[in-house]
Amino acid sequence: MAVYPPKQAKEPPLLERGPIAWVRHNLLSSPFNIIFTLLGIAILYMIIPPFVKWAILDAHFVGNSKADCAGGGACWIFIRAKLNMFLYGFYPHDQLWRPKVVIGTILALGAFAKFVPGLHRLKLALIVLYPVFAFILLHGGLFGLPLVETAKWGGLLLTLVIATVGIVLSFPIGILLALGRQSKLPIIKSLSVFYIEFVRGVPLITVLFMASVVLPLFFPEGVNFDKLARALIGITLFEAAYVAENIRSGFQAIPKGQYEAADALGLGYWQKMALVILPQAIKVTIPNLVGTFISLFKDTSLVMIIGLFDLLSMVTVTANDRDWLGMDTEGYVFAAFIFWIFTFSMSMYSKRLEKKLNTDKGK
Amino acid sequence: MPSFLRDEKVRGILYQIITIVLFVGFLFYIAQNTAHNIEQRGIKTGFDFLNATAGFDITESPIPFTPKSTHWDVFKVGLLNTLIVSFWGIVLSSLIGLLIGVWRLSPNWLISRIAAGYIETFRNIPVLLQILFWYNVVLATLPATRHSINLFDTVFINNRGFFMPEFVFGPGSWLIGAALFFAVVAIYFVNRWAKKRQEDTGEQFPVFLTGVILLILLPLLAYFLAGRPITAVYPELHGFNFKGGKTYTPEFLALLFALSIYTATFIGEAIRSGIEAVPKGQKEAATSLGLSPLQQLRLVVLPQAVRIAIPSIINQYLNLIKNSSLAAAIGYPELVTIFAGTSLNQTGQALEILLITMLTYLLISLIVSLILNWFNAKMKIKER
Repeated sequence: MAVYPPKQAKEPPLLERGPIAWVRHNLLSSPFNIIFTLLGIAILYMIIPPFVKWAILDAHFVGNSKADCAGGGACWIFIRAKLNMFLYGFYPHDQLWRPKVVIGTILALGAFAKFVPGLHRLKLALIVLYPVFAFILLHGGLFGLPLVETAKWGGLLLTLVIATVGIVLSFPIGILLALGRQSKLPIIKSLSVFYIEFVRGVPLITVLFMASVVLPLFFPEGVNFDKLARALIGITLFEAAYVAENIRSGFQAIPKGQYEAADALGLGYWQKMALVILPQAIKVTIPNLVGTFISLFKDTSLVMIIGLFDLLSMVTVTANDRDWLGMDTEGYVFAAFIFWIFTFSMSMYSKRLEKKLNTDKGK
Repeated sequence: MPSFLRDEKVRGILYQIITIVLFVGFLFYIAQNTAHNIEQRGIKTGFDFLNATAGFDITESPIPFTPKSTHWDVFKVGLLNTLIVSFWGIVLSSLIGLLIGVWRLSPNWLISRIAAGYIETFRNIPVLLQILFWYNVVLATLPATRHSINLFDTVFINNRGFFMPEFVFGPGSWLIGAALFFAVVAIYFVNRWAKKRQEDTGEQFPVFLTGVILLILLPLLAYFLAGRPITAVYPELHGFNFKGGKTYTPEFLALLFALSIYTATFIGEAIRSGIEAVPKGQKEAATSLGLSPLQQLRLVVLPQAVRIAIPSIINQYLNLIKNSSLAAAIGYPELVTIFAGTSLNQTGQALEILLITMLTYLLISLIVSLILNWFNAKMKIKER
């Protein structure tokens, strides 16, 4: 009987696997594709080398004054010299430990919430207590802390304060508005619809003008909101309408059977909504909500127009310093980079969440 | 709890009564305070200020405007400038967005990554920052007037803006417009005839080619027949500035570029998700029907992608219009800058002016959403 010893399987042809095949398929598959690849290389060549040259190779990192930044290239000394202003605005120098503690605490709380399982009551209590704690520490005037008026808050700190307060407060208002819009009661429904559509139809800047100029007229003379509070009211009321629309789109994804099941269990309206409908609706719409919060974060830069000193307006302020004239470029690039890190990580988070929540689609 | 309170209907009515009472009470409270405060501060009320002289000048205005014009004229100039910058913004952002969206889907890995990089970079930076960057950095560092960048002696670029030739339509220009109109009508009828013929006989007619030829040839013919009535006025350097031609100010350009580049990222994403939403089977079915790649795109993929992409693109146009109000930061004289800014500071009538401004934007939004609804109704899948 003939014996046929099994032969070693042949390696696939070199050109059909590995990096070479990848390049052939993705970059050089047709003459047209080759032209595109060359075009892409040309674009990258026009953008990346000059930027790297400006931002790193020719840049100045060491020194203390503008004089150390002779020649082309970015002057990162400027950013280092003004870093405290970019981060905290005009917050008094000797009190900077306070915002640092506030930011450190929120990071610690976040880590605690993520890595320590259970203890839900304690976590909830901490979440509720944190804003009070943060406000007292930042604003002072109590427990022997010197008073730091909100007009002195600025930079990234102010941007984060506005974004956080905006997100936290617009969420419950948005839920109420969404419930109102879903409601069967005609008056409540039409008021909600009117509010949502009105706010969504106008630019944020007009709402901020309204809040900063007209709002003080609405209240008796004794009542005074400071500038920051008015901006916060404006932003919160504005974003609440967008949150409401996100949640409404979540409602639309809930099958009718869920409502009927909740009714059959004998749950009242608020129980039905809070225990059955809202948790599902919010889960469905979390990616949209993150999208809204990303645009809220970007929109905080508009407070500059009504005279608050957020991260973006600190660029103008610091670049007008007589010792550092003409540093706009570095300032804007730095601010853009900071904004970008925050919004980009938020959108990455939303993408991951979308994949995680998308449990029923076998993709 | 009394038994009638357990009735859902009674409770519904009760809730609504409470809401109305609270709402009306709140309005009344605000109105009373406002009236009192306005009287205390000596602010005028009513809309008479619209007929009062504005007393300031506007740097760029599409209609004649002098310091003697009224605040109503200020409103008109502002609205027109808003519409102008929005129009060009929509055109430019659509072009960039289309390019980016197509590149994003390109089978070429490098091109697709470049498009993704563009989208992720510009989408995540606040548009106000981009506007300020264009205004304070890019356009401000352009050369001075005397050292303008000269493109073929027709376009001059310097730190005072872009100077371009302006076209002057002489007598007889109407003939060209008429020819253009006639070409469009002719294309419509050719298209109808070609469709009918294809349905009857199966023979195809090169409609697209005919259309392009008609669209170019007819106006060109009219241009020469009317004795070449369109002439261009070129900008020329006189002393310290350019005269003649059309000037685009740095304010306008910064706003236009920043808005277009920012909005294009969203349009690109909308186009990508629209095309990606068309199931793969559709393309395969089209291939098995023997359609060429171009026919597949035109007859199968695009009609389905458009239904998904267009609504979000229209929403982005609306966002662009609303974002044009950020011009307040750099002083391009649009609605918010001059009407809700300068006029407000001059008259002090914040409530009236902001109300008019908001209602104007609301009206624009309403028109856009009417267009959107019309489109959605037209594009709805007609089940037979």
